[in-house]
Amino acid sequence: MYGRYILEWVTPGLEYNLKVVWNAIDRISPPLEATASPVLSQAVREKIRSFISRYETQRAALLPALHVVQNALGHISPQAMKEIAGLLEIAPSKVLDLIGFYTHLSDQPKGRKTIVVCRSISCRLMGGQTILETIKQELGIDEHQTTPDGRYTLMTEECLAACEHGPCMLIDERMHKLVQPEDVRRILNDPNNDKPQVPVSGLYMVTD
Amino acid sequence: MSRFEPILLRNLGVPNATDLTVYRSRGGYQAFEKTLRMTPDEVVQEVRAADLRGRGGAGFPAGVKWGFLPKDRTITYLCVNADESEPPTFSNRVLIETDPHQLLEGILIAGFATRATAAYIYMRNEFAEQFHILQHALDQAYAAGLFGHHIQGSGWSMECYIHRGAGAYICGEETGLIESIEGKRGWPRIKPPFPAVAGLFGKPTVVNNVETLCCLPHIMQRGASWFTGIGPKGSSGPKLFCISGPVNRPGCYEATMDITVRDLIYHRDFGQGMQNEKFVKGVYPGGLSMGVLTGEELDMRMDFDDPQRYGLLGLGTAAAVVIDEDTDVRQVLLNVARFFAKESCGQCTQCREGTGWMYKIAQRIADGAGRLQDLDILSEVTQSMGMMPGLSICGLSDGAAYAIRTLVEKFRREFEQHIRNQKPGNVERALNVVN
Ligand SMILES: Cc1cc2nc3c(=O)[nH]c(=O)nc-3n(C[C@H](O)[C@H](O)[C@H](O)COP(=O)(O)O)c2cc1C
Ligand code: SF4
Ligand code: FES
Repeated sequence: MYGRYILEWVTPGLEYNLKVVWNAIDRISPPLEATASPVLSQAVREKIRSFISRYETQRAALLPALHVVQNALGHISPQAMKEIAGLLEIAPSKVLDLIGFYTHLSDQPKGRKTIVVCRSISCRLMGGQTILETIKQELGIDEHQTTPDGRYTLMTEECLAACEHGPCMLIDERMHKLVQPEDVRRILNDPNNDKPQVPVSGLYMVTD
Repeated sequence: MSRFEPILLRNLGVPNATDLTVYRSRGGYQAFEKTLRMTPDEVVQEVRAADLRGRGGAGFPAGVKWGFLPKDRTITYLCVNADESEPPTFSNRVLIETDPHQLLEGILIAGFATRATAAYIYMRNEFAEQFHILQHALDQAYAAGLFGHHIQGSGWSMECYIHRGAGAYICGEETGLIESIEGKRGWPRIKPPFPAVAGLFGKPTVVNNVETLCCLPHIMQRGASWFTGIGPKGSSGPKLFCISGPVNRPGCYEATMDITVRDLIYHRDFGQGMQNEKFVKGVYPGGLSMGVLTGEELDMRMDFDDPQRYGLLGLGTAAAVVIDEDTDVRQVLLNVARFFAKESCGQCTQCREGTGWMYKIAQRIADGAGRLQDLDILSEVTQSMGMMPGLSICGLSDGAAYAIRTLVEKFRREFEQHIRNQKPGNVERALNVVN
């Protein structure tokens, strides 16, 4: 499915590589609109640039950049990938590669909040599976799915390093500890269930 | 087991301990000021004399590691490993959220000793609140002139940045961490060259764990001989132990490394016994990767050397999870095998395929369609992967091998019992599907 994006990115010197990917993956989908309008705001661009001086190479600013964009836009679209690549002067395929490797980065739109339930050993021993099932029932979705109203995406993950509070789950930046099945509904309906309990640093955020 | 005043957790419970002024009022940053009056080589010497063994899992002495840096270097990087993702470990998290300045002071001391030009704190992305806490502490430290240019008029400059990960266990491996900071997949590198010679951006690099660095202010303040006087020889200094699972008081506790697994579970200073007085069936005492103990092996001491005598890989992260009598070992096997199969980065064939096979077999056993020979196959697969036979790039596959081999071998009778009691026909049905 990435073939069509990649054809767009053919640049001198990289042609050969990228065409192979295109041939191997996708011959059918129409190419992405070449005239897609920019999606990164000036503020996001500034933010990304502010990370560059931290590292010896521009490419090293990529992970922070992807966090910034995902925080601002919810996901990293092909157009955004292209623009990030332009800012950091790297091949867009390198951006795509990273998004594929790291589970927290997404090229697909997600729910407004992401629930991550721990599935590792301590939480599992303390009833994590029941919590997961309760959430699935409550939201009517399965793992990796998003509620039809776009409110929540449900994920599971290995140990969240809060094992003494198991079973636990993360909703965006807030850790919910010692969750019991009867707490699930209350937690899901709490509008502040994703807000950290400490003063927030704006390092990865853009305030327009 | 000797009781002692908390050292690493001495600010736990102190109001506003994350604030610079409060940290200072409790003696904070005095060790760093003392350090600045010494030469870097003297600091390395002191840490070497303290025999500070790395708390990140491998137990390698920090002072010795710093000594591997080439003498004629101009740029040095310090990477702080705050990727803590080994189930069931959370001691780094506790250190960061209760006392972020202790870590920053440790970074300053390590940075000075290694003449580092920049320090990168690699933090797993799930540490959200911890990131905000540490970033605030860092902003405060910068404002007080503790980082940046010409620190405290010493002529030495070091920047410090937090670099957030994005959800990959393998980025905790030191060279995977380096790759990840460089903006690449967190794929561990083939060693040598070791990071001390060619690490981040190809420059000499030191990677240390959060807890290792948190020991430094105390070593510099009170001296190496004070440090070696704590706990048993060869495993000196204070250590954080985690305990979780069905115990009465799960948590992170500080002690000397002469406590036993039994103490950790039952002692009133630590776990305070099993919930509902259940029996202990088994314990993973040092993170999953180190392997499992049976309920009869609880006398193992939690130091750097005793675990090997129980067939384990090492002390690991000193984080124990207790499995009680009601838990089905097949479910434990499934959970453990899944972890490694999902987190293998896939570069080495025997790790990628081996963890995948073991997960599939574990799934079949857990579904009640195991065969007795599956237990042998599991053991055999674990023998053929890892750095120990010299096949893998990193230690993840050794961890997978130990976690699964010790479980299958030490609980073999129980596995066999389950397999013998399965409904007839399950195996045939499952294998038809699989093949
Ligand atoms: C698969 C794997 C995962 C690791 N994860 C971590 C980790 O999350 N945190 C950590 O401090 N060390 C981790 N390590 C150990 C590091 O490679 C390295 O030894 C350690 O950061 C060195 O610090 P120390 O000498 O201060 O202990 C891991 C090692 C392997 C093989
Ligand atoms: S041993 Fe496994 S995790 Fe480590 S580099 Fe090889 S494939 Fe990746
Ligand atoms: S096992 Fe769930 S947080 Fe560690």
